[in-house]
Amino acid sequence: MIHVRDLTVTFGQGTRSVRAARDVSFTVAKGESFGLVGESGSGKSTVLRVLAGLNPYWTGEATVGGVAVAGRDARLPRMVQMVFQDPYASLHPRHTVDRALSEPLEIQGIGDVGPRVERALTDVGLGPAFRFRYPNQLSGGQRQRVAIARALMLEPKVLLLDEPTSALDVSVQAEILNLLRRLRQAHGLTLLLVSHNLAVIAHMCDRLAVMNRGQVVEEMDVATLRRQEPREAYTRQLLLASRGYDREVAAGIVTYD
Amino acid sequence: MSTPLLEVEDLRVTFPTPTGPFHAVRGVSFTLGRERLGIVGESGSGKSLTGRSLLRLLPAHAKLEARRLRFDGKDLLTASPREMRALRGKRISLVLQDPKYSLNPVMRVGEQIAEAVRDRGDPKRRALEMLEAVRIRDPERVYGLYPHEVSGGMGQRIMIAMMLAPEPDLLIADEPTSALDVTVQMQVLAILDDLVAKRGMGLIFISHDLDLVSSFCDRVLVMYGGRVMEERHARDLRAATHPYTRGLLNSLPRIDDDRAELPTLQRDPEWLKE
Ligand SMILES: Nc1ncnc2c1ncn2[C@@H]1O[C@H](COP(=O)(O)OP(=O)(O)OP(=O)(O)O)[C@@H](O)[C@H]1O
Ligand SMILES: Nc1ncnc2c1ncn2[C@@H]1O[C@H](COP(=O)(O)OP(=O)(O)OP(=O)(O)O)[C@@H](O)[C@H]1O
Ligand SMILES: [Mg+2]
Ligand SMILES: [Mg+2]
Repeated sequence: MIHVRDLTVTFGQGTRSVRAARDVSFTVAKGESFGLVGESGSGKSTVLRVLAGLNPYWTGEATVGGVAVAGRDARLPRMVQMVFQDPYASLHPRHTVDRALSEPLEIQGIGDVGPRVERALTDVGLGPAFRFRYPNQLSGGQRQRVAIARALMLEPKVLLLDEPTSALDVSVQAEILNLLRRLRQAHGLTLLLVSHNLAVIAHMCDRLAVMNRGQVVEEMDVATLRRQEPREAYTRQLLLASRGYDREVAAGIVTYD
Repeated sequence: MSTPLLEVEDLRVTFPTPTGPFHAVRGVSFTLGRERLGIVGESGSGKSLTGRSLLRLLPAHAKLEARRLRFDGKDLLTASPREMRALRGKRISLVLQDPKYSLNPVMRVGEQIAEAVRDRGDPKRRALEMLEAVRIRDPERVYGLYPHEVSGGMGQRIMIAMMLAPEPDLLIADEPTSALDVTVQMQVLAILDDLVAKRGMGLIFISHDLDLVSSFCDRVLVMYGGRVMEERHARDLRAATHPYTRGLLNSLPRIDDDRAELPTLQRDPEWLKE
């Protein structure tokens, strides 16, 4: 469903340039849920933005559902949608929920807008009562539900999720994770999920890739993650750090290049 | 023990609304020494407002009341705006929940840090040191970037660098590490830990991450509906008995469990009875 090969993304020029992604390759099967984890600044959001067609400057191969991302194919928005980390920034403050959800339909020239909006709101557990609210009349969890509903408006086959719950409290996080699991089953969605919370990845994903400095350092299945038996030293360090704060572990953290 | 660094007694924050006053913080009390105090609780429970009250950084229509609000012996309720400005950013620093809103979008991040330390030595060198201290790779490059060019976790560390630069006595950190990967998070926490242990800084650490707070802090307040439900030694948080705290703990996914559905909080009106 998702196919990425030798994806390389460079920002800036000359000495100031940075390779945000270097020869990144991975494949996600239809209906699978795939995680991306790794250090801050390692290029996870960059990879997602390329797949969402939001970053035009890259080299390599990337296809979603057989459609090449580079071609800016008109079918792409109906194939793949992205949910951003920040539910506060991703909705326009002066647009109602109704407008946020109708917009993608109107851009694509899809009719039957009203009923579709109401169905999407019901799908994410909000219901039609929320249709004419503004973002500042919603809690963080409700906003993230609206962002997910908007991503689902065009009935995409693939959902790209960039830290969808890191701005939410743990109970709302549980609601959103339950929702995503349910939607994935109901619609046969393929998920690509970025999170620095390894427990969230273990809960949601079948397989994952670990990134460092723009590169994929290893790929593993979720059973390996649960058993905490990674191959690479970098990943071992990541797992150790995820067990909670420990001054000695902190002192032993090394940088991998 | 001598007088604590911070004393908070019966803190209340109220907003007027068309349907009557909304009590966002209702009677929060705690003291803070040179230690790490965690504040956890669901969204909207009043954590950020509690933190902001200590600097009197509230929206103009908010009403702030307390029986006692003292920092290092100084009464924060009666301090003049000028005295408050002198405390803010020098003796008390606040790392805000959302770095993207607190950084100036049209100024290079390095220059923003340099401005925070402009009255000491070579500001640029000091800013680069601060970036390095918060484990930013390649500080020279990052110094020259604008806020939209840094990743989520880099923005958060830049904020922390700015707030630590003046060497405050009290740091209020509101979700300071929620966008960081676990290794960088641990290194940033180690910096805060050392400032508490070696320089005697007081730290208020606001977070949704109960496991993190329980491993990092000394004590923890669990907030719900503007109130403190319970106060515990952080190490014992997992053994909490209050149904609200238990509900929060149970809703966390864990790396080694394979529950299909995560339980969500079942709220009980009894929790808010005075
Ligand atoms: N528009 C841009 N201009 C210049 N550099 C950029 C830009 N966008 C991203 N970068 C750089 O690319 C690198 C990767 O950033 P990216 O946002 O993909 O990281 P990330 O893995 O998502 O990190 P985080 O976990 O902190 O969100 C960083 O070094 C960042 O500074
Ligand atoms: N400017 C405001 N006007 C009216 N109500 C407000 C204002 N700011 C905050 N509140 C309300 O006060 C309550 C407490 O807000 P606060 O920001 O302290 O929550 P929090 O515990 O920090 O939540 P989160 O975990 O989502 O950051 C919430 O119900 C919020 O809606
Ligand atoms: Mg990112
Ligand atoms: Mg808050």
